[in-house]
Amino acid sequence: MSGWMIFLLGLAGIAAMAFLFRLAGQKATGDAPKFRDMSYGEAFGYMLAATLLILAVWYYFQPKVTEAGMANAGVVFFRWAVQGFLIFAAAAWLFRLLGRNVGTAWTRKLFRQMPLTASFGILVILIYAFVAIFAGAIAPHGQEEILGAANVIAGGDPALGGDPAYPLGTDQIGRDILSRLIYGAQNTVGIAFITTILAFLLGGTFGFLAATLGGWLDQLLSRAVDVLMAIPSLIFALLLMTIATVWAPKLGIPLTWFMIVIIAVIDSTRVYRLARAVGLNIVVMDYIEAAKLRGEGLGYLVFKEILPNATAPLLAEFGLRFCFVFLTIAALSFLGVGIQPPLADWGTMVRDLAQFINFAAFSPMAAVTPLLAAGAIALLTVGVNFVVDWMLHKSSGLKE
Amino acid sequence: MPDPLVKIRNLHIEGRSDESWSPIINGVDLDLNKGEVLGLIGESGAGKSTIGLAAMGFTRDGVRISDGTVEFDGIDMVNASAAKKRALLGKRIAYVAQSAAASFNPAHRLIDQHTEGPVQHGVASRAQSQEDGIELYRKLRLPNPDQIGFRYPHQVSGGQLQRAMTAMAMSCRPDLIIFDEPTTALDVTTQIEVLAAIREIVEEFDTAAIYITHDLAVVAQMADKIKVLLRGDEVEEADTRTMLSSPKEDYTKSLWAVRSFERPEKPPAEPDAVPVVSVKGVTAAYGKVDVLHDVSFDIHAGRTVAVVGESGSGKSTAARCITGLLPPREGHVEFEGEALPLDYKARSKEQLRQVQMIYQMADTALNPRKTIAQIIGRPVEFYMGLKGSALRDRVDQLLDQIELDPAQFRNRLPSELSGGQKQRIGIARALAAEPRFIICDEVTSALDQLVAEGILRLLARLQDELGLSYMFITHDLATVRAISDEVVVMKDGKVVDRGPKTEMFRPPHHAYTDLLLSSVPEMDPDWLDNLLAERGVDNIGDAAVDKM
Repeated sequence: MSGWMIFLLGLAGIAAMAFLFRLAGQKATGDAPKFRDMSYGEAFGYMLAATLLILAVWYYFQPKVTEAGMANAGVVFFRWAVQGFLIFAAAAWLFRLLGRNVGTAWTRKLFRQMPLTASFGILVILIYAFVAIFAGAIAPHGQEEILGAANVIAGGDPALGGDPAYPLGTDQIGRDILSRLIYGAQNTVGIAFITTILAFLLGGTFGFLAATLGGWLDQLLSRAVDVLMAIPSLIFALLLMTIATVWAPKLGIPLTWFMIVIIAVIDSTRVYRLARAVGLNIVVMDYIEAAKLRGEGLGYLVFKEILPNATAPLLAEFGLRFCFVFLTIAALSFLGVGIQPPLADWGTMVRDLAQFINFAAFSPMAAVTPLLAAGAIALLTVGVNFVVDWMLHKSSGLKE
Repeated sequence: MPDPLVKIRNLHIEGRSDESWSPIINGVDLDLNKGEVLGLIGESGAGKSTIGLAAMGFTRDGVRISDGTVEFDGIDMVNASAAKKRALLGKRIAYVAQSAAASFNPAHRLIDQHTEGPVQHGVASRAQSQEDGIELYRKLRLPNPDQIGFRYPHQVSGGQLQRAMTAMAMSCRPDLIIFDEPTTALDVTTQIEVLAAIREIVEEFDTAAIYITHDLAVVAQMADKIKVLLRGDEVEEADTRTMLSSPKEDYTKSLWAVRSFERPEKPPAEPDAVPVVSVKGVTAAYGKVDVLHDVSFDIHAGRTVAVVGESGSGKSTAARCITGLLPPREGHVEFEGEALPLDYKARSKEQLRQVQMIYQMADTALNPRKTIAQIIGRPVEFYMGLKGSALRDRVDQLLDQIELDPAQFRNRLPSELSGGQKQRIGIARALAAEPRFIICDEVTSALDQLVAEGILRLLARLQDELGLSYMFITHDLATVRAISDEVVVMKDGKVVDRGPKTEMFRPPHHAYTDLLLSSVPEMDPDWLDNLLAERGVDNIGDAAVDKM
């Protein structure tokens, strides 16, 4: 039987089960409103979810090694994913429990209303910040130190040629991957943070100015931003970085500074759009009119009247923009024009070790190495987005 | 006696706030017979709309019926299945919302939305329902009934839209219609038309109705019996005439008494005194279209000039010309005999200080991220240069002046205040500049009547104490009667009539003033009948305006 037939039969089975499920529910509960008013689509959804859950459990308990003696990489990775998910969820839950019982009344209230995703995000951000700040103290080796033989197999198992001194292995030229990951947090996250702040200073200031003053200044700024936004951002950044690699040695300025300014300017166009749109909604409020009629200056209007009312959407955008900036830096490094070796950087690490992904089918452990850096990027992105979602939800005043 | 159409017993409704359920309605009973109209009145937050919706077996999100029964024609609406409710709603029970403009789907024509219900419920075919719709439009005296249904919602006026919505509610000939403040957003002259239309059609089809409003005079025209609510409790219920003539409870009496506030008359101003503010031949335009034509009036020291007119008559534009937000195209504004620069940007700090403004929507007039002390303190700091404890003392003094306890309110945010308190903060902010002249732009129209009366009394007291002059923009003639010394009537950007209040409220008046005055509902259940008889059916509301 072909795969398609199984798929279609499965769907038909779920459809029939959904009907029976609803009918059984109505009979068993004596027409409780939950089952009585349940639409067929809802019942189908329940059955689909149940089927997928059963499939997942079944797959989880498949043997790690196939009958032919090969590693069953799919099962291995799936088990890791599930275990990772459960561990993270537990950690987030414990962290929230801690937050609910420790701290000031204000933070305890905050944690009480917090969804698990948000506490997970905050936990991730705190860990990253800690690692980035104290990288020099935490890392067992220097980021540029060449320590010994290359052995990319994580785990440090001597049977596979590893050395317990390097728990995550060493890269092709023998540098400790764990240390480089820790320093990477400092380099990649630190630079992304500076870049995002710069983008917000630029975009926010000009956006609010355009919203408050309007007229030709608004036209000029907005059209300039349109032009910048019309060029695909990654290609534009790549182009400018290529030019900068020529200029940087001549001017004696590190290339990293060029990268910060280039990404900040490109990303500030998005911030400008948001700040202007939010600002325009605030500028029409009567309290702004009252302040204008009082004779207040531009600085007071922007910083004392408009900015406090725009912090929620701007803060949410800050989190999101931080992720984009961070991904752009990793992408540029991956392409070879971002953070320059020998500085450790997650984007560069993924590129350098990328070919080991090909071995996943034979040795799941070998494929882990490039995924460590990629995972570090993914984890932070997910964490920040969870926190941003939560902040947006809070600022919009929606209730569950 | 037959069973009532709607029978609500011991209704308890709860709303979810901050993780717990708090009561909204505490045990209300309600009976409504076929063909009867019940008026539900009360202030905002009294639970009027919640009861209206509960009569349909519906609650808003985050709200639940915790106890009690709602029966419609013997059907238990609380426990009815969704399918059963769907079959009833729209067909036998219809709902007319406060804002028709927000309730129509802007992407579909009126008639398409009208026919949706009957076709869905299998009452009529599309063609039949369309024909019936046109007939209903005719009955509701919509202009050009054969074609108006083929327009989109944004192509018809607010009053017409409200009537189209009533027609839509009637499309399945329901047994019960719930009207949720259907005329609150309309001008007085338009309101009459909608009221007359609703009443006529309810009578013709013998429909039962629940009419929710906070306007007593309106409910007096519409309802057979009235139920007064206060914070989720029933205060009293009686038939309309009994209720109006002899209310039993103190709360009801206080509601009735609101309209009795009237300031003592002041002697006319000295003819040769220099007016505080003098508007001289102002013509102003948005873009190329003139919205004010040669407007002139004076405001004397210690007086209140009420500027009245319908929406779009140019009242607020006149205020914008005085403040300098909209520099007039011709003419100018004088302050104590001295011409003010046309644009506010060109005015000195002192000139700006003397003219202050209080806004209609206190919600948007106060910065939500600032505390009360910051909001009131800023003008003090800005104009008077007070700092530290002197600033603090002045803010406390201002809070005392507007009858709010400084210790309690100083550090609150606007969101922690009620509507009336917010409006008081708006007044305090204007007072903080120690001006001679304050523009009050519809300051009471967003407030409940009792609260609005409190604001009017406060403004009157402040005027007596501080010798302020007010320009009072309003469309509510009861407010004019209560507070003004002189009246300026505006229509289409022109001043059509002006004079001392006593003269304005005594005939003979200008034809338009007469129309405005006679359109204000009175607390007499026969008022609408008498008015309609007097004006003739084709000569009410908009139709009458068009003829002038």
